[in-house]
Amino acid sequence: MKRIDCLKAIYPELEDCAVVTIMGAVAAELYSLGHRANFFYLEHAMGLASSIGLGIALSQPNRKVVVIDGDGSVLMNLGGLTTMARSRPKNLVHLIFDNETLLSVGGGAPGGYKWFTTATSTGSDLAGIARAAGYPRAQLVREMEDFEEAALGAINGDELSCVVAKVEAEMPKSFLMDVHMLENRFEFPRALQQPPKDKRELRRPTRITKQQPTTIPALKSLEE
Amino acid sequence: MPVSVANSQLVYDAMKGVGVRLVSALPETWLVHLIRIADDDPEMTLVRLAKEEEGVGISAGAHFAGVKSAMLMQNHGFLQAINGIVGVSLLYKIPLLMLITDRGTFGEKDPWQTEGGKYTRPVLDALHIAHDDLSRPDDVEPKMAKAMSLAQSSLSPVALLLQRDLMWEEPK
Repeated sequence: MKRIDCLKAIYPELEDCAVVTIMGAVAAELYSLGHRANFFYLEHAMGLASSIGLGIALSQPNRKVVVIDGDGSVLMNLGGLTTMARSRPKNLVHLIFDNETLLSVGGGAPGGYKWFTTATSTGSDLAGIARAAGYPRAQLVREMEDFEEAALGAINGDELSCVVAKVEAEMPKSFLMDVHMLENRFEFPRALQQPPKDKRELRRPTRITKQQPTTIPALKSLEE
Repeated sequence: MPVSVANSQLVYDAMKGVGVRLVSALPETWLVHLIRIADDDPEMTLVRLAKEEEGVGISAGAHFAGVKSAMLMQNHGFLQAINGIVGVSLLYKIPLLMLITDRGTFGEKDPWQTEGGKYTRPVLDALHIAHDDLSRPDDVEPKMAKAMSLAQSSLSPVALLLQRDLMWEEPK
């Protein structure tokens, strides 16, 4: 599974959320899909993206907050998972791309070669840790279909959720981001000044399958 | 416990008076009443941290979302949070009000507090973080207001060091 494909799958859902990403590949790839003022890329302070997300979620309980994290960053702030779990903001989704390597700080190489792996490569299970920390929902996914279902379900859901997605340790096509950190820092709170839209207006159909009939009338007729 | 209830309330009221609505904290002896008062106040969101650095991220998130916040910690909590202070608050120019109980200074009886106390001011100075002491009750409200003003106008961390004379009442 590729990180960029996962990001493409959730991108339309992020329109009205506060999105906080970690540095490096995740930031560059989300940016490459089209920058929005409601995306904040934390280019340093590994581990604190989830803490920033928690601060937003507690301050704006009516806005959905999506933190896009990585295994290396999460491992630098494992205690933060317990803080998140006990605060349990219903409006926060914690996505973790687990490529089992410290890719963006030099632990990866072109071609997906991992020369500096993280402990998830030797069995540490971040979804298990999140569950044990007290997250009401935490799931590990390896296939695109499962990712879509889990991530879209979490974003459209109403409880603190964690989705750990095992992805390839692939470099992004480019690390180029034509938005300065400070520009991003000032546009982001401005975007959060706009009140979030009514959740029902934003709710989009998640993946539609025969097993999972839609409740959206317009699509129901298509299905039948 | 000879931690001053009256002065803890004074610090809390001043903090709330400058608009703080979210505090993140780890306890230490001098902070027990302050944290308890925050916990009892339905208008205040108290986040109990596992480690102080998280508080820097939480405060940044609160700032982005339009809420004023503060961190309650002691010297070693501040030292623990340095990477977050540099990598979030200073790098991204984000206001941060830090209330640090200043252990390890004159009068300290706990040997284990004495190192952290020595380095707090030099580290604040090295990071060019404006700081002031809170040692007299009369100073609490005006200094809190000035600290918050500077944090918001300079988009920087500021620190108020809560002193023994304010927080501790020697048993008579």
